Amino acid sequence: MKLTRRKAIVGGVLGAGFIGVGWWFAHERDRLGDRALLHVKPGEAGLNGWVKIARDDTVIVAVPRAEMGQGVHTALAMLVAEEMEARWEQMRVEDPPESVVYRNVEILIDGLPFSPEQTGTIVDMAHWAATKLGGVLGVAATGGSTTVRDAWVPLRTAGAVARELLLQAASRKSGVPAAELVAADGTIRRRDGGVVARFGELVDLVGDLGPMAAPPLKPVSRFKLVGKPLPRLDIPAKVAGAATFGIDVRRPGQVYAAVRHAPTFGGEVASFSVRGGKPKGIEEVVIVPGGIAAIGRSWWEAERFLEQGFAVSWRDGPEPKLDSATLWKRYESLIDGEPALTRTLGAEPAALGGQKLEAIYRAPYLAHTPMEPMNCTALFGGTSLELWMPNQSPTLMRLAGARAAGLSQDEVTVHTTFLGGGFGRRAEVDLVREAVACALQMPGRPVQVLWSREEDIRHDMYRPMALAHWTAFFDKGLVAVHKKQIGQSPTDQFGKRAVGLPGQGKPEGNAVENPPYAFPFYRLDAVVPDGVVPVGFWRSVGHSHTAFFDESFIDEMAHFEQKDPFEYRRALLAQQPRHRAVLDRAAKEAGWGTALPAGTGRGIALRASFGSIVAQVAEVEVKDKTFRVRRVTCAIDCGPLVNPAIVRAQMESGIIYGLSAALFGEITLKDGAVEQSNFTDYDAVRLADAPEMAVHIVDSGARTVGGVGEPGTPPIAPAVANAIFAATGQRLRGLPLKL
Amino acid sequence: MISLSVNGKWRDVDAPDDKPLLWVLREDLDITGPKFGCGIAACGACTVHVDGEAVRSCSLPAGGAAGKAIVTIEGLGDNSVGGQLHPVQRAWIEEQVPQCGYCQPGFIMATAALLKSKPRPTDQEIDDALTNICRCGTYSALRRAVHRAAALMAGP
Repeated sequence: MKLTRRKAIVGGVLGAGFIGVGWWFAHERDRLGDRALLHVKPGEAGLNGWVKIARDDTVIVAVPRAEMGQGVHTALAMLVAEEMEARWEQMRVEDPPESVVYRNVEILIDGLPFSPEQTGTIVDMAHWAATKLGGVLGVAATGGSTTVRDAWVPLRTAGAVARELLLQAASRKSGVPAAELVAADGTIRRRDGGVVARFGELVDLVGDLGPMAAPPLKPVSRFKLVGKPLPRLDIPAKVAGAATFGIDVRRPGQVYAAVRHAPTFGGEVASFSVRGGKPKGIEEVVIVPGGIAAIGRSWWEAERFLEQGFAVSWRDGPEPKLDSATLWKRYESLIDGEPALTRTLGAEPAALGGQKLEAIYRAPYLAHTPMEPMNCTALFGGTSLELWMPNQSPTLMRLAGARAAGLSQDEVTVHTTFLGGGFGRRAEVDLVREAVACALQMPGRPVQVLWSREEDIRHDMYRPMALAHWTAFFDKGLVAVHKKQIGQSPTDQFGKRAVGLPGQGKPEGNAVENPPYAFPFYRLDAVVPDGVVPVGFWRSVGHSHTAFFDESFIDEMAHFEQKDPFEYRRALLAQQPRHRAVLDRAAKEAGWGTALPAGTGRGIALRASFGSIVAQVAEVEVKDKTFRVRRVTCAIDCGPLVNPAIVRAQMESGIIYGLSAALFGEITLKDGAVEQSNFTDYDAVRLADAPEMAVHIVDSGARTVGGVGEPGTPPIAPAVANAIFAATGQRLRGLPLKL
Repeated sequence: MISLSVNGKWRDVDAPDDKPLLWVLREDLDITGPKFGCGIAACGACTVHVDGEAVRSCSLPAGGAAGKAIVTIEGLGDNSVGGQLHPVQRAWIEEQVPQCGYCQPGFIMATAALLKSKPRPTDQEIDDALTNICRCGTYSALRRAVHRAAALMAGP
């Protein structure tokens, strides 16, 4: 099945970083929405489903996407401002109410973590979801680095239509025909330059102007704001300490809940007892899915009560003895297991004689550890449920909230706060279920459920532990490569967990994307084991560990053939000019091939993900048994740019996030439970560990917008591992990297 | 009852002495700029000033701060509209440091304390003083902003 932009589809589909339950898809024009969708306050006027103006001259853009640091509030406002001819200083954003108009279509097209072989499955699931889930259509979600890709046309269209409406209103005010008026710098002017009205002066004149046809959009060459490094809209509040994150929500009569979860996966409360009576600050003790919560006037008191005044015994989950060593053995035994997916590219050689190069790589489970610990505030009012939370998909939170409270979705309202980091973790609905379980016991009282960092690290949905067995066959040059990759599928698990979709047993799509290299023959066998460990979408999803496997092995192949690793890749990218240009740029800017001091090495890696292509060169200094990443040079081709400052910031962000994992990230299991607990044993890169970074944006003339939130992460681990090899001759095949 | 001086105002709080300052600020005084990140003084998101020193408030019993001058991000500069932000906050805006922004109040408070004792810190001194965690990886911009704040505070 081909997914085209002119096709209306209803379906149930999982997206990268998130999910679509049912799928609303339509012409761009239908995404304009109606001004009636917006909450219009006194002194404001709605122009369409995305844009309002206010008497004080502000332009307010509806942004139904999560601002988790990636700059989407700013980027979406820029798209509107560009076509509206607004001044950047007058732009503001607002979280709109739920509507199909705001749903992310792109996440269901390019963000799909399904392998291409599964298009039949998608259709099946679509029908299943459509019938089972009925009213759920589409998904408002932030993930898969899709926000700008999704908004590129609809938000500019919304700005252009708003501008046309203001031209009509100004014409009415001034008596000058609209054709003789233009919009510029937040005003409507005569073509000869005289100002007819500021936007804010037209608030009372637009009310009865009807919807109008979308005018043609500006060509990229005429952009004034888009493509410029404009300041972010969210920064002033963030430096003042005034930005409201989920944990900062304060409602009248609010109480707080601390939670403990069963240590083993799938475990639950067997029994509990309170030592010496409930202290006066504790109002309720509530069993929640997989754990128990104490509710009181203070989170700290509730947490202390669970720690000191409370005894609970747990019923173990299905694998109470599981440990990491056992699991690795299980994965090794699956190298020759039944693949869930086999794919070949090129003509299979008749025989594979000659020499063989083999290697096994490992990547551990990883937690997300966003800085803001997990939380959700819920208020149950009998026939209504209100949720305030940092989340990546209000549609899914609403669905989960409705199911948990036994209400219809119309009775549930979700308020999305700023997110203190998301990284995929905040697409999960577990916090909603817990908060609703607590709120049902406290009708009329808002309950803020907050997890300690220990609960966060021990009860995450982890990046899957994964193993790859790579083989290359040479017979007077390369003749074939073969990869077997083993790992659970977050897509499958998420579908079951979040909305009850049937599992497909197929690998997550990002993990099995085809390599860009022109191998004479490529074969992939992907094995998808079951497992009790919950896995989820971790920034860049399958790309993160797969890039480590693939880009480490191609380095080994280069070494085996006694070629320079950059030149070796380059030669295999003859058919991929964009990839090659990005690789070349990173190498050139990093001074690839120039001399380095002894004990220092450079490593290169390339990965295309989420519509963008990124190459990185890491420079590593090794002393004794330690190493330090001194410098990272990054090149990206993400197609048309909205805000280059944000693109650079996202590349640096992706590098640091990936580097934290490469240097420190390892979740291990013992007795069926996670061993790590806090930043002391699950550390992150700090200022002193952060390399110097330089980001170079490659303009290939591509016209398709690529994502930037995730693509910076995948190349860093292999770039560093390859640099360590260059410096020492030692090949590290497991993450985190340890000499 | 604990008497605390927070952002220049005396506040009486009915909380146990051993309740950490962070939670007294957040729950009893509704001052939410200092953030909870780890609870064990490992990440620095909760950093405030106590008598001018940067302190990780998640691990300081409020009783221990009684009578001392506590300053949070809300009281660092004049955050009101048209008010004069602290030079560190201005530098943070000029260098566009925050991404998700959750850890930034802690970094800003730690930086302001650092610059008081070391007006022109070296990179090494910055590394040693700012051991907070930022999961968004804003470190490059953050380092530039520390130097910029130092320059702003030194004056023309």
